[in-house]
Formats: sequence, structure tokens, C-alpha cells
Amino acid sequence: MVISISNITKKFGNLTVLKGINFDLDRGGIFAVLGPNGSGKTTILKIILGMVIPQSGEVMIDGKVVNKSWGHRKGIGYLPQIARFPDNLTVNELISMIKDIRQMPAEEKVLIEKFGMEPFLNQKLSNLSGGTRQKVNIILTFMFDSPILILDEPTAGLDPLSLVRLKELIQQEKEKGKIILITTHILNLVESLADEIIFLLEGDIYFKGSVQELTKKTGMNDLEHSIARILE
Amino acid sequence: MISKVLKYSFSDLIRSRWSYVYLVFYLVLGFTLLFLNTNLSKAIITLMNIVVILTPLIGTIFGVMYYYNSREFTELLLAQPIKRSSIFLGQYLGISLSLTISLVAGLGIPFLIYGLFQSSVILDFIMLLLSGAFLTFIFVALSVNIALLNTNKIKGFGYAILMWLFFAVIYDGIFLISLVLFDDYPLDQFTLVASLFNPIDLSRIMILLKLDISALLGYTGALFQKFFGTYLGSFISFGTLLLWVIIPVSLMTRFSNKKDF
Ligand SMILES: Nc1ncnc2c1ncn2[C@@H]1O[C@H](COP(=O)(O)OP(=O)(O)OP(=O)(O)O)[C@@H](O)[C@H]1O
Ligand SMILES: [Mg+2]
Repeated sequence: MVISISNITKKFGNLTVLKGINFDLDRGGIFAVLGPNGSGKTTILKIILGMVIPQSGEVMIDGKVVNKSWGHRKGIGYLPQIARFPDNLTVNELISMIKDIRQMPAEEKVLIEKFGMEPFLNQKLSNLSGGTRQKVNIILTFMFDSPILILDEPTAGLDPLSLVRLKELIQQEKEKGKIILITTHILNLVESLADEIIFLLEGDIYFKGSVQELTKKTGMNDLEHSIARILE
Repeated sequence: MISKVLKYSFSDLIRSRWSYVYLVFYLVLGFTLLFLNTNLSKAIITLMNIVVILTPLIGTIFGVMYYYNSREFTELLLAQPIKRSSIFLGQYLGISLSLTISLVAGLGIPFLIYGLFQSSVILDFIMLLLSGAFLTFIFVALSVNIALLNTNKIKGFGYAILMWLFFAVIYDGIFLISLVLFDDYPLDQFTLVASLFNPIDLSRIMILLKLDISALLGYTGALFQKFFGTYLGSFISFGTLLLWVIIPVSLMTRFSNKKDF
């Protein structure tokens, strides 16, 4: 599986968010998309999904242009940054609705157990706490066996135990050879998981490479200081 | 895939309180009218005047309201392997169908009980429901377009209400003023064309042509009859109403395809 992004530009009104982005993900692994708030991380992920329409450029998956189409979403699990669900449904109803729409084999049971969600299954989504909603978000994303995972701030609101579980889960999926794109501001997650960093800054890719390469490039000891140095 | 989206938005809508309020309103209206005048024909004419104003208003309000309130559902669907146009068409059909069902059931039940099938006005009644359905489908489509073009909820709602006001009230006002102002010119063609551009006028004409009561046809209706005759006139109003559905719906798929979510 290969994702290749070429020459993507995106403006919202007169705000230019992406100025011709290029990168290839040509093997399985965990790719961390980093950058300050508003640098366009969510935007590029949504362009890959076809939810945001770029002014120019192409997204190709296995040689096929996919932006503006929808079929490729069969192979993508997407965890949105802001989990918004129809409020009048229960967790169970939501899960069965998505299964019904996708018509693919799903393994939600293991995930429900992993994140201790059994007590909440019959509750309305509007009554759930922020972190619990995020767990629902995680279950919906991981329950299908998608070769590509796009995770936009998956850790938001999770307690430490759930965070550990999530890390295990991501690692597990990586071992199946999936392409995992992840944005996060939690650098320790990047250090422990990411094979590669894509650092967005002012509409361009400032850096693409491993954590070691980045610390070497900036001459700092760790990722945190390297990034602080870039942003100064 | 449209059918899946339709299924979920329809079941969401018929669970909503407002659909029942709307249904009950028509039930009460139907029973009251029939109770007050047992003459079915007269009741239909009164109903027509209410339906051609009310169905567009309710369609407009429900269209924008559902669009803005179901953003979560829409965003969830957008991440699934579903074509964008299917998402919006499915939701559009969900709203329009649930409103149409409220209309048909709400008016149909009282009329059935009062012996509609034994009477000769059944076709007139069906024409009334058909016009109401058309107006619902048209105004839901128009208002969803307005909502798609306005991220700001308040603005979208305002424009949608203005749009309804325009077709329900202002349009006829402008029309009458221009009739007075250009009194010296032959205005028949102008009048005919002008009525095609207002779905509310058009459906009123369609019903009145069917009722075939010349006293009620009004200036535009009478012209329609004179120009096209009853049959061609009905056919033209029907066809134009159909265009009034098709064009906004295709605009809807175009706007939705260009939008960022
Ligand atoms: N639909 C939209 N309409 C207008 N502007 C938008 C839209 N979506 C994003 N933007 C703008 O584009 C810029 C990039 O947003 P984006 O959400 O991609 O940032 P981000 O890198 O994900 O930030 P964060 O770290 O806060 O999640 C921001 O300035 C944002 O305001
Ligand atoms: Mg973001």
C-alpha cells in the first residue's frame, strides 16, 4: 500500500494553509504529522479522506487518484479530532449503524472490553463524558480491519490506563503492516511509536524523517527541545 | 447507499417531536374544516389556501433546521465510504418524505372518515396533496441549498425565511405593482412567464385548474386557462413544478461536492 501526496495546496478564503505539499508513504508504519496549532495537520488528513477539497494537487493510493472520490474510504479508519456523534443515539445503536453502513466484518467486542465500555453501551451519546466519547471514537475507528488508519489527536481526554491501551492497540495495528497517520501534541507518544515525522510549518513540510534525524538536525537532546527550537 | 442514509435520517426524523406536531396540526385542521362545513369542495378550497402557504414555510424551516442539527451525523457519514451526493440526497429525501407523510396522513384521515371515497372530489383532493408534496420537496431543496452556502446558522435561517417570504408574499406584491405600473402594455405573456417562476403561484393554478371554478382562478389562472386550456395548462404547471424540484436538487449535489467539512 502506497499513499502519495503531490503538490497539494489549500486555501480557506484568503488564508493559505497548505502551499504545495508533497510526500510519499510507501510502506507500513507509523507516521506522525506534527506542527503548531493551525498548521494544517487536520486539513491534510481530511484532504486524504476527501472531506476537504484542495485547490490543486493529488492524493494517490496505490497509483489511483482518490481525492474527489469515495471508494477508498472503505480502506481507511478515521478518528476525527473532534468526536461529534448524533446525540440521540446510544453507543450500541451508533456502532450497529456504522456496521450497517460499512457492511464489513467488525470486531468491536474486543475493543469494548479493552476500553471497559460495557457499562456505557446502552447510554445516549449525549450523556457520555469527553474521554468516554473518545473511546467510542476509538472503537468506531479500529473495529474494521482497515489497511490505513488516520488518527487525529487520538489521545485527547484519555486517562493514563486508556492511553496505555491505545498505544498497545496502535502498535498492534502497525505490526499488521498498516499505514498509520497520527497527529498529536504528546511528544512521548511520538518518541515511543513514530517511525517517521512529517513536520508542517507555514504551509510547507519543514522536515520529514525519523526522530533521531530531527534531533540531529536541530542539535538538541530530545524531541521536545528540537521542536521548541524550530518554533522559536 | 442513498437508501441507508434515507433510512437513518427518516427514522431520526419520525422520532422527533416536531413531525408529530405537524401531523397533529393537519389532523386538527382537517377535522375542524370538515366539521364547520360538511361541504367537501369548500373545505378543499380553504385547505388549498392554507396548504400553499404553510407547506413551503414548514419545508423551509425543517430543511435548514435539519441541515444544521444533523451536522454530526453528516460528518460521521462523510468519513464512511459513501458518495457525497448520496449523503445529501438521502437526508433530503428523509426530510421531504417525512413532511409529506405528515401532510398526507394528517389531511387524509379526516377526509377518509368524512366519506371522501363516496364523493366526486377525490381527484381534487389528490391534486391538493400532490401540490403540497411538490411544495414540500421544492422548499426543502431550496432551504438546504441556502444552508449549504451559509456556515453561519443564524444567517442561513434568516435567508431561508426571507426566501419563503419572497415567494409567499413579496413576489405577488411586486407582480401586482408592475401590473399597475405597466397598465398600458399588453401583459399577458409577462404574467404567464412570471407565474412559472413562483412555485407557490404555480401550484395554486394547478389546483384551481383541476377544480375548474372560473370565479376562483384569478387573473393568472384565467390566463393560463385561456392560453393553454385546462389540460395543457395543468400539464405545464406540473412539468414546471417538477423542474422546480430537479434544478435545486442538482444544485444541492453540486454545492455539496465543493464544500469543505
Ligand atoms: N472549514 C474551514 N473553513 C475555514 N478555515 C478553516 C477550515 N478548516 C480549517 N480552517 C483553518 O485552517 C487552518 C488549519 O487548520 P487545521 O485544523 O488543519 O490545523 P491543525 O494543524 O489541525 O491545528 P490543531 O493543532 O489545533 O489541531 C486554521 O487556521 C483553521 O482556522
Ligand atoms: Mg487539528
